[in-house]
Amino acid sequence: MEKLNELVADQARTDLPSFKAGDRIKVHVRVIEGDKERVQPFEGNVISVRGGGADKTFTVRKLSNGVGVERIFPYHSPKIAKIDVIREGKVRRAKLYYLRNLSGKAARIKDKNVR
Amino acid sequence: MPGLLGKKIGMTSIFSEEGNSIPVTAVKLGPCVVLEVKTNDKDGYDSVKLGFGEKKEKQLNKPELGFYKKSGLNPAEVVKEFRNFDEEYKVGDVINLEIFDIGDEISVSGKSIGKGFQGVMRRHGFGGVGGTTHGQKDRLRAPGSIGQSSWPSKVFKGTRMAGRTGGKRITTKNLKVVKMDAENNIIFIKGAVPGSINSIVEINK
Repeated sequence: MEKLNELVADQARTDLPSFKAGDRIKVHVRVIEGDKERVQPFEGNVISVRGGGADKTFTVRKLSNGVGVERIFPYHSPKIAKIDVIREGKVRRAKLYYLRNLSGKAARIKDKNVR
Repeated sequence: MPGLLGKKIGMTSIFSEEGNSIPVTAVKLGPCVVLEVKTNDKDGYDSVKLGFGEKKEKQLNKPELGFYKKSGLNPAEVVKEFRNFDEEYKVGDVINLEIFDIGDEISVSGKSIGKGFQGVMRRHGFGGVGGTTHGQKDRLRAPGSIGQSSWPSKVFKGTRMAGRTGGKRITTKNLKVVKMDAENNIIFIKGAVPGSINSIVEINK
Protein backbone atom coordinates (compact mmCIF):
# COMPACT_ATOMS: atom_id res chain seq x y z
CA MET A 1 0.00 0.00 0.00
CA GLU A 2 2.77 2.42 0.92
CA LYS A 3 4.47 1.71 -2.35
CA LEU A 4 1.24 2.51 -4.18
CA ASN A 5 1.05 5.89 -2.48
CA GLU A 6 4.61 6.67 -3.50
CA LEU A 7 3.68 6.11 -7.12
CA VAL A 8 1.02 8.83 -7.05
CA ALA A 9 2.95 11.06 -4.64
CA ASP A 10 3.48 13.70 -7.35
CA GLN A 11 -0.15 14.79 -7.11
CA ALA A 12 -0.28 14.91 -3.29
CA ARG A 13 -1.16 18.30 -1.79
CA THR A 14 1.33 19.51 0.79
CA ASP A 15 0.18 23.13 0.84
CA LEU A 16 -3.08 22.53 2.73
CA PRO A 17 -3.29 23.03 6.50
CA SER A 18 -4.00 20.13 8.83
CA PHE A 19 -7.40 19.93 10.47
CA LYS A 20 -9.47 17.45 12.40
CA ALA A 21 -13.10 16.52 12.87
CA GLY A 22 -14.85 19.29 14.79
CA ASP A 23 -12.88 22.11 13.19
CA ARG A 24 -14.68 24.85 11.32
CA ILE A 25 -13.06 25.36 7.91
CA LYS A 26 -13.61 27.32 4.75
CA VAL A 27 -12.89 25.39 1.56
CA HIS A 28 -12.28 27.53 -1.50
CA VAL A 29 -13.46 25.44 -4.45
CA ARG A 30 -12.56 26.14 -8.06
CA VAL A 31 -15.70 26.16 -10.17
CA ILE A 32 -15.54 26.13 -13.98
CA GLU A 33 -18.49 27.79 -15.70
CA GLY A 34 -18.19 27.65 -19.46
CA ASP A 35 -14.68 28.91 -20.08
CA LYS A 36 -14.52 31.01 -16.91
CA GLU A 37 -13.13 29.86 -13.61
CA ARG A 38 -14.09 31.31 -10.25
CA VAL A 39 -13.58 30.35 -6.61
CA GLN A 40 -16.55 29.47 -4.44
CA PRO A 41 -16.16 29.13 -0.67
CA PHE A 42 -17.85 26.40 1.34
CA GLU A 43 -17.76 27.00 5.07
CA GLY A 44 -18.78 24.43 7.66
CA ASN A 45 -17.76 21.93 10.29
CA VAL A 46 -15.54 18.96 9.46
CA ILE A 47 -17.50 15.92 10.58
CA SER A 48 -15.22 13.21 9.19
CA VAL A 49 -11.74 12.66 7.79
CA ARG A 50 -11.22 9.25 6.31
CA GLY A 51 -8.74 7.29 4.20
CA GLY A 52 -5.05 7.76 3.66
CA GLY A 53 -2.75 8.51 0.79
CA ALA A 54 -4.37 9.47 -2.49
CA ASP A 55 -7.84 8.36 -1.36
CA LYS A 56 -8.07 10.64 1.70
CA THR A 57 -11.37 12.54 1.87
CA PHE A 58 -13.10 14.84 4.35
CA THR A 59 -16.73 15.77 4.89
CA VAL A 60 -17.84 19.33 5.61
CA ARG A 61 -21.33 19.99 6.99
CA LYS A 62 -23.07 23.33 7.07
CA LEU A 63 -26.57 24.69 7.45
CA SER A 64 -27.93 26.44 4.40
CA ASN A 65 -31.30 28.17 4.89
CA GLY A 66 -32.05 25.75 7.71
CA VAL A 67 -31.21 22.69 5.59
CA GLY A 68 -28.17 20.59 6.42
CA VAL A 69 -25.74 20.36 3.47
CA GLU A 70 -22.75 18.03 3.43
CA ARG A 71 -19.95 17.94 0.90
CA ILE A 72 -17.25 15.31 0.60
CA PHE A 73 -13.95 16.59 -0.78
CA PRO A 74 -10.96 14.50 -1.89
CA TYR A 75 -8.12 15.98 0.19
CA HIS A 76 -5.65 16.00 -2.73
CA SER A 77 -8.10 17.34 -5.31
CA PRO A 78 -6.72 20.11 -7.54
CA LYS A 79 -10.19 21.66 -7.43
CA ILE A 80 -9.47 22.93 -3.92
CA ALA A 81 -7.86 26.35 -4.23
CA LYS A 82 -7.15 26.72 -0.52
CA ILE A 83 -8.47 25.87 2.93
CA ASP A 84 -8.80 28.26 5.88
CA VAL A 85 -9.08 26.81 9.36
CA ILE A 86 -11.40 29.21 11.14
CA ARG A 87 -11.81 27.54 14.53
CA GLU A 88 -10.57 24.41 16.23
CA GLY A 89 -13.34 22.42 17.89
CA LYS A 90 -13.28 20.42 21.07
CA VAL A 91 -14.84 17.04 20.30
CA ARG A 92 -14.41 13.57 21.76
CA ARG A 93 -14.82 11.43 18.69
CA ALA A 94 -13.40 11.23 15.18
CA LYS A 95 -16.68 11.01 13.28
CA LEU A 96 -19.36 13.51 14.20
CA TYR A 97 -22.29 11.91 12.41
CA TYR A 98 -24.43 12.47 15.51
CA LEU A 99 -24.64 16.14 14.53
CA ARG A 100 -27.06 15.14 11.77
CA ASN A 101 -29.69 14.32 14.36
CA LEU A 102 -29.19 17.51 16.35
CA SER A 103 -30.25 21.04 15.58
CA GLY A 104 -30.02 24.53 17.02
CA LYS A 105 -28.08 24.94 20.26
CA ALA A 106 -27.43 21.21 20.64
CA ALA A 107 -25.57 21.08 17.30
CA ARG A 108 -22.90 23.56 18.40
CA ILE A 109 -19.28 22.48 18.78
CA LYS A 110 -17.24 23.92 21.63
CA ASP A 111 -14.14 25.93 20.81
CA LYS A 112 -10.95 24.12 21.75
CA ASN A 113 -9.03 27.24 22.67
CA VAL A 114 -11.65 28.78 25.00
CA ARG A 115 -11.68 27.82 28.66
CA MET B 1 -2.22 -9.36 -30.24
CA PRO B 2 0.95 -7.83 -28.87
CA GLY B 3 0.96 -7.92 -25.12
CA LEU B 4 3.00 -8.08 -21.97
CA LEU B 5 2.95 -9.78 -18.60
CA GLY B 6 2.64 -7.85 -15.37
CA LYS B 7 1.78 -7.94 -11.71
CA LYS B 8 -1.20 -6.20 -10.15
CA ILE B 9 -0.14 -3.74 -7.45
CA GLY B 10 -3.47 -2.34 -6.33
CA MET B 11 -6.05 0.35 -6.85
CA THR B 12 -5.84 4.04 -6.12
CA SER B 13 -7.16 7.22 -7.67
CA ILE B 14 -5.54 9.92 -9.73
CA PHE B 15 -6.85 13.31 -10.79
CA SER B 16 -7.53 14.31 -14.38
CA GLU B 17 -6.62 17.69 -15.82
CA GLU B 18 -10.12 18.96 -15.03
CA GLY B 19 -9.62 17.88 -11.43
CA ASN B 20 -11.90 14.87 -11.53
CA SER B 21 -10.89 11.79 -9.59
CA ILE B 22 -10.35 8.69 -11.74
CA PRO B 23 -10.26 5.22 -10.15
CA VAL B 24 -7.20 3.39 -11.46
CA THR B 25 -5.42 0.07 -11.06
CA ALA B 26 -1.63 0.14 -10.92
CA VAL B 27 0.08 -2.75 -12.69
CA LYS B 28 3.81 -3.39 -12.77
CA LEU B 29 4.18 -4.21 -16.44
CA GLY B 30 7.35 -5.87 -17.62
CA PRO B 31 10.16 -5.60 -18.39
CA CYS B 32 9.68 -8.88 -20.26
CA VAL B 33 12.58 -10.84 -21.74
CA VAL B 34 12.27 -12.58 -25.09
CA LEU B 35 13.01 -16.22 -24.35
CA GLU B 36 12.29 -17.67 -27.77
CA VAL B 37 11.16 -16.49 -31.18
CA LYS B 38 8.91 -18.87 -33.10
CA THR B 39 8.71 -18.54 -36.87
CA ASN B 40 6.27 -19.75 -39.46
CA ASP B 41 8.94 -21.77 -41.28
CA LYS B 42 10.10 -23.67 -38.24
CA ASP B 43 7.11 -23.84 -35.90
CA GLY B 44 4.14 -23.25 -38.21
CA TYR B 45 3.24 -19.87 -36.69
CA ASP B 46 4.90 -16.63 -35.62
CA SER B 47 5.10 -15.74 -31.97
CA VAL B 48 7.36 -14.39 -29.28
CA LYS B 49 7.77 -16.23 -26.00
CA LEU B 50 8.11 -13.74 -23.15
CA GLY B 51 9.26 -14.26 -19.57
CA PHE B 52 8.39 -12.06 -16.59
CA GLY B 53 9.77 -12.03 -13.06
CA GLU B 54 12.47 -14.13 -11.47
CA LYS B 55 12.70 -17.73 -10.40
CA LYS B 56 15.44 -19.59 -8.55
CA GLU B 57 17.34 -22.28 -10.38
CA LYS B 58 16.36 -24.95 -7.85
CA GLN B 59 12.68 -24.31 -8.61
CA LEU B 60 13.17 -25.48 -12.21
CA ASN B 61 12.64 -28.98 -13.50
CA LYS B 62 15.11 -30.62 -15.88
CA PRO B 63 13.53 -29.63 -19.20
CA GLU B 64 13.27 -26.01 -18.01
CA LEU B 65 16.84 -26.06 -16.76
CA GLY B 66 17.99 -27.27 -20.17
CA PHE B 67 15.99 -24.53 -21.91
CA TYR B 68 17.56 -21.75 -19.85
CA LYS B 69 21.04 -23.26 -20.06
CA LYS B 70 20.85 -23.26 -23.84
CA SER B 71 19.75 -19.64 -24.09
CA GLY B 72 21.88 -18.42 -21.17
CA LEU B 73 19.02 -16.31 -19.77
CA ASN B 74 17.75 -15.95 -16.20
CA PRO B 75 14.79 -18.19 -15.31
CA ALA B 76 11.46 -16.34 -15.49
CA GLU B 77 8.56 -16.69 -13.07
CA VAL B 78 5.90 -16.69 -15.79
CA VAL B 79 6.27 -17.60 -19.44
CA LYS B 80 3.72 -16.80 -22.12
CA GLU B 81 3.60 -16.54 -25.90
CA PHE B 82 2.35 -13.41 -27.64
CA ARG B 83 1.74 -12.74 -31.33
CA ASN B 84 1.61 -9.89 -33.85
CA PHE B 85 4.27 -7.56 -32.51
CA ASP B 86 5.07 -4.58 -34.75
CA GLU B 87 8.81 -4.98 -34.40
CA GLU B 88 10.94 -8.05 -34.82
CA TYR B 89 12.71 -9.29 -31.73
CA LYS B 90 15.50 -11.71 -31.10
CA VAL B 91 16.26 -13.88 -28.08
CA GLY B 92 17.47 -11.84 -25.10
CA ASP B 93 15.71 -8.61 -26.08
CA VAL B 94 13.85 -6.76 -23.34
CA ILE B 95 10.37 -5.41 -24.07
CA ASN B 96 8.99 -2.81 -21.69
CA LEU B 97 5.71 -0.94 -21.38
CA GLU B 98 6.61 1.51 -24.14
CA ILE B 99 4.71 -0.61 -26.65
CA PHE B 100 1.60 0.92 -25.02
CA ASP B 101 0.53 4.56 -25.07
CA ILE B 102 -1.67 6.74 -22.91
CA GLY B 103 -5.24 6.48 -24.18
CA ASP B 104 -4.80 2.99 -25.66
CA GLU B 105 -7.68 0.56 -25.32
CA ILE B 106 -6.39 -2.66 -23.84
CA SER B 107 -7.76 -5.94 -22.57
CA VAL B 108 -6.50 -7.42 -19.33
CA SER B 109 -6.61 -11.14 -18.49
CA GLY B 110 -5.99 -12.72 -15.14
CA LYS B 111 -7.20 -15.24 -12.62
CA SER B 112 -10.16 -13.76 -10.76
CA ILE B 113 -10.40 -13.85 -6.98
CA GLY B 114 -11.81 -17.21 -5.79
CA LYS B 115 -15.08 -16.82 -3.92
CA GLY B 116 -15.72 -20.45 -2.99
CA PHE B 117 -19.12 -22.14 -3.19
CA GLN B 118 -21.68 -19.42 -3.85
CA GLY B 119 -25.44 -19.37 -4.39
CA VAL B 120 -27.15 -18.33 -7.62
CA MET B 121 -27.74 -14.74 -6.56
CA ARG B 122 -24.06 -14.02 -6.17
CA ARG B 123 -22.85 -16.40 -8.86
CA HIS B 124 -25.30 -15.60 -11.68
CA GLY B 125 -27.07 -12.47 -10.47
CA PHE B 126 -30.48 -14.13 -9.93
CA GLY B 127 -33.09 -12.04 -8.19
CA GLY B 128 -34.10 -14.57 -5.55
CA VAL B 129 -37.63 -15.85 -5.01
CA GLY B 130 -40.39 -13.34 -4.33
CA GLY B 131 -41.38 -11.74 -1.07
CA THR B 132 -41.67 -12.81 2.51
CA THR B 133 -45.46 -12.70 2.86
CA HIS B 134 -48.27 -15.17 1.96
CA GLY B 135 -46.64 -17.91 4.00
CA GLN B 136 -43.42 -17.75 1.95
CA LYS B 137 -40.48 -18.69 4.13
CA ASP B 138 -36.79 -19.63 3.87
CA ARG B 139 -36.68 -19.21 0.05
CA LEU B 140 -35.48 -15.64 -0.34
CA ARG B 141 -32.20 -16.55 -2.08
CA ALA B 142 -33.38 -19.76 -3.79
CA PRO B 143 -32.96 -20.28 -7.59
CA GLY B 144 -36.66 -21.01 -8.26
CA SER B 145 -37.73 -23.54 -10.87
CA ILE B 146 -34.96 -25.36 -12.74
CA GLY B 147 -37.18 -26.87 -15.46
CA GLN B 148 -40.55 -28.32 -16.47
CA SER B 149 -42.38 -31.57 -15.72
CA SER B 150 -43.07 -34.68 -17.87
CA TRP B 151 -41.51 -32.99 -20.87
CA PRO B 152 -38.50 -32.81 -20.87
CA SER B 153 -38.30 -34.91 -17.67
CA LYS B 154 -34.77 -33.73 -17.10
CA VAL B 155 -32.77 -30.70 -16.12
CA PHE B 156 -31.04 -29.25 -19.17
CA LYS B 157 -27.26 -29.23 -19.20
CA GLY B 158 -25.78 -25.85 -18.49
CA THR B 159 -28.66 -24.76 -16.24
CA ARG B 160 -27.24 -22.10 -13.97
CA MET B 161 -26.98 -23.31 -10.39
CA ALA B 162 -24.93 -22.70 -7.25
CA GLY B 163 -21.28 -23.70 -7.21
CA ARG B 164 -17.65 -22.69 -7.18
CA THR B 165 -17.31 -19.03 -8.13
CA GLY B 166 -14.32 -17.05 -9.30
CA GLY B 167 -10.78 -18.38 -9.43
CA LYS B 168 -10.83 -18.76 -13.21
CA ARG B 169 -9.36 -16.82 -16.11
CA ILE B 170 -11.28 -13.64 -16.85
CA THR B 171 -10.64 -11.05 -19.57
CA THR B 172 -11.80 -7.49 -19.16
CA LYS B 173 -11.90 -5.65 -22.50
CA ASN B 174 -11.79 -1.98 -23.56
CA LEU B 175 -9.91 -0.65 -20.55
CA LYS B 176 -8.07 2.64 -21.01
CA VAL B 177 -4.48 3.48 -20.15
CA VAL B 178 -4.59 6.65 -18.06
CA LYS B 179 -1.00 7.16 -16.98
CA MET B 180 2.39 5.55 -17.47
CA ASP B 181 5.45 5.60 -15.25
CA ALA B 182 8.30 4.32 -17.42
CA GLU B 183 10.88 4.73 -14.67
CA ASN B 184 9.16 2.27 -12.33
CA ASN B 185 7.53 0.21 -15.12
CA ILE B 186 4.06 1.03 -13.82
CA ILE B 187 0.96 1.41 -15.96
CA PHE B 188 -2.26 2.94 -14.60
CA ILE B 189 -5.45 1.47 -16.04
CA LYS B 190 -8.87 3.06 -15.57
CA GLY B 191 -11.17 0.81 -13.58
CA ALA B 192 -10.67 -2.63 -12.09
CA VAL B 193 -8.72 -5.55 -13.53
CA PRO B 194 -9.18 -9.26 -12.71
CA GLY B 195 -7.28 -10.88 -9.87
CA SER B 196 -6.01 -10.14 -6.42
CA ILE B 197 -3.09 -7.91 -5.49
CA ASN B 198 0.25 -9.46 -6.55
CA SER B 199 -1.46 -11.74 -9.07
CA ILE B 200 -0.08 -12.06 -12.57
CA VAL B 201 -2.02 -10.31 -15.33
CA GLU B 202 -1.64 -10.35 -19.08
CA ILE B 203 -2.21 -7.10 -20.95
CA ASN B 204 -3.04 -7.15 -24.65
CA LYS B 205 -3.47 -4.30 -27.07
